Amino acid sequence: MSNGDAFKKGLEGLDQGPRPSEAADDGAPPPAGDLPEHPSVEALRAEFGESVLRHQVTAGDEHVIYIPSERNVEILGWLRDSPEHRYDFLQDLTAVDHGGGRAIQVVYQLWSIPNKLNLRVKCELPLDGLEIESVFHLWRAADWLEREVFDMFGVVFHGHPDLRRILMPYNYAEGHPLRKDFPLRGRFTRAEQTRRALSMKTEDHYSPQELDIAHALGQPLPDVMVEGGPGVPNQGEMPGIGIGAG
Amino acid sequence: MALKRLIYNVTRNPELSPGGALVHAPIVPVQGESYEVHEDIAGEHMLINIGPQHPATHGVLRLVLELDGETVVRCIPHIGYLHSSFEKLGEYRDWNQIVPLTDRMDYLAPLIYNCAYAMAVEKLMGVTVTERCKVVRVILMEMDRIFSHLLWLGTTAIDLGAFTVFLYTFQQREKIYDLHERLTGARITTSSTRIGGMMADLPAGWIEQLEEFMTNFIPVVDEVETLLTNNAIWVGRTQGVGDISAEDAVNWGLSGPNLRASGVTYDIRKDRPYYDYETYDFDVPVGEHGDIYDRYLCRMEEMRQSVRILRQAIDRLPGGPINVDDPRVILPPKTAAMNDMESMIHHFKVVMEGVRAPVGESWFSVESSKGELGMYVVSDGGSKPVRWRVRGPSFINIAALPHMIEGALLSDVIAVNASLDIVLGEIDR
Repeated sequence: MSNGDAFKKGLEGLDQGPRPSEAADDGAPPPAGDLPEHPSVEALRAEFGESVLRHQVTAGDEHVIYIPSERNVEILGWLRDSPEHRYDFLQDLTAVDHGGGRAIQVVYQLWSIPNKLNLRVKCELPLDGLEIESVFHLWRAADWLEREVFDMFGVVFHGHPDLRRILMPYNYAEGHPLRKDFPLRGRFTRAEQTRRALSMKTEDHYSPQELDIAHALGQPLPDVMVEGGPGVPNQGEMPGIGIGAG
Repeated sequence: MALKRLIYNVTRNPELSPGGALVHAPIVPVQGESYEVHEDIAGEHMLINIGPQHPATHGVLRLVLELDGETVVRCIPHIGYLHSSFEKLGEYRDWNQIVPLTDRMDYLAPLIYNCAYAMAVEKLMGVTVTERCKVVRVILMEMDRIFSHLLWLGTTAIDLGAFTVFLYTFQQREKIYDLHERLTGARITTSSTRIGGMMADLPAGWIEQLEEFMTNFIPVVDEVETLLTNNAIWVGRTQGVGDISAEDAVNWGLSGPNLRASGVTYDIRKDRPYYDYETYDFDVPVGEHGDIYDRYLCRMEEMRQSVRILRQAIDRLPGGPINVDDPRVILPPKTAAMNDMESMIHHFKVVMEGVRAPVGESWFSVESSKGELGMYVVSDGGSKPVRWRVRGPSFINIAALPHMIEGALLSDVIAVNASLDIVLGEIDR
């Protein structure tokens, strides 16, 4: 085998992970003064001064800045609107929980279509204060993304017009799944999860807004699970499931 | 209260080239005078539920619509019926074990997802893949772009009543399934990338099979174009339906053909080129009106452009190894692991402990068939990610659905939803 020798040589380094291919000799992060420059970071420092808490460069060319969570709308709005930056495209909005009681980071990934520039903006929220202002009014793309972060991490976005769970069911009671303190199998036992799934009512499949519409129209809710009768079918009596089948 | 209803007159408006050939749609719907419909059905709103089990929702999407007669007043989508918690699962898998999760998200273009994930992790680890691997991945991604657009074309046509197109496109998709199967052993769940390379190199004769597919595929695209592009029913159902302005499309975060149909020239292959895309000669089709018809034209042209890229990539496909020569990332060859002690220990450690990534994070996005596919990986130095986040293009595209269909007719809901090219596996993740 041609690269058999390379495997012998590389054996002792396995614990350190892959070697960087561009031969950064010691792998230490470059000193703070030598960070590659990013035009928007300089401008942000000039405009907002101390509010740019930290500036990092990761994975070679990705610029990350940390800002205080209470100024997020102001700073992100400035980045979107100021004519020389124009971050008009919200690529992504997500959160990261590092575990161990550390703060949850809300991550805004921005892209400027006219200037072809990337910038990642992070806000850190302590676990006992998971609240931040919504950027729904800056980018409508944030609508579902913020709902997802709320669903998965429990971060409350003030000013979001319709903040409710998006991937998990509306009556999901086990918490926020992507938090590190959430066990992979969920908090309830399998039996309890099954019991709850089977006892869902028609109303549980609708959002409060839809319940209001149906109420205003004086119309019964269209049943999701079955044509005709109210509520879900008694799945326990279906062959093969066997719960409550007696 | 009397209900105002718009009526659409259909006028014949053929546009001919100097040579006399038909250039543009022969029939254009024109908005006419509004008139009052009968008093006794006025003001009757209705709440209806479409899905989650409905063939026209392309999966398990559920839409709750408030209708005024046949006009949609409000649309509230519900997702999550296919939620599989991939991102949480990823935190319990080592870097290579996540690859099988990625192709289960977009099972219509699995290789793009495999490649995008591997590229994000390689960027985090600072691994540069070999030249051959780069070109092979470009070939696989462009092939799957065609693969996904063909499905989109067939199902959208069938949603609008054109059954023949579906049969033509699925015949061609079958050829790509065969290519998948020869390369990876699986038709849909390919799982073909590994950190630092591929599961296997291209098998002998694979490129010839791909070339044969391309030769036979272009006439099919031409044939579908003759069936649809100037077809009066197709034009009437798609032009001016579900349109979104360029400004709105950017604000709503649309990407891919849906964004370019509105006239925004944002294609990651051009704007943030990866894998030497800047050296390939191809065009990015951009629409103007942002309606279903322009999305259709964009995707048709993208398939032709993908064939162009594929031909160039096949021409430049270099020899040499497909995997990086870094024993800390790649498994040793099986014969070495069986015959040589160090290789066997090494094999054991990579399999049991996984590859370690340095502390840090990386965001990487590729132009998938559906739009911008972003992968965000955060590492604390271990062999498992702290966070693995997928920016699914369908998830954000479908969020704009209510904006596009409120005020449209119920039958347009199906058309607009089909035109966005969603895949629920990736929306729900």
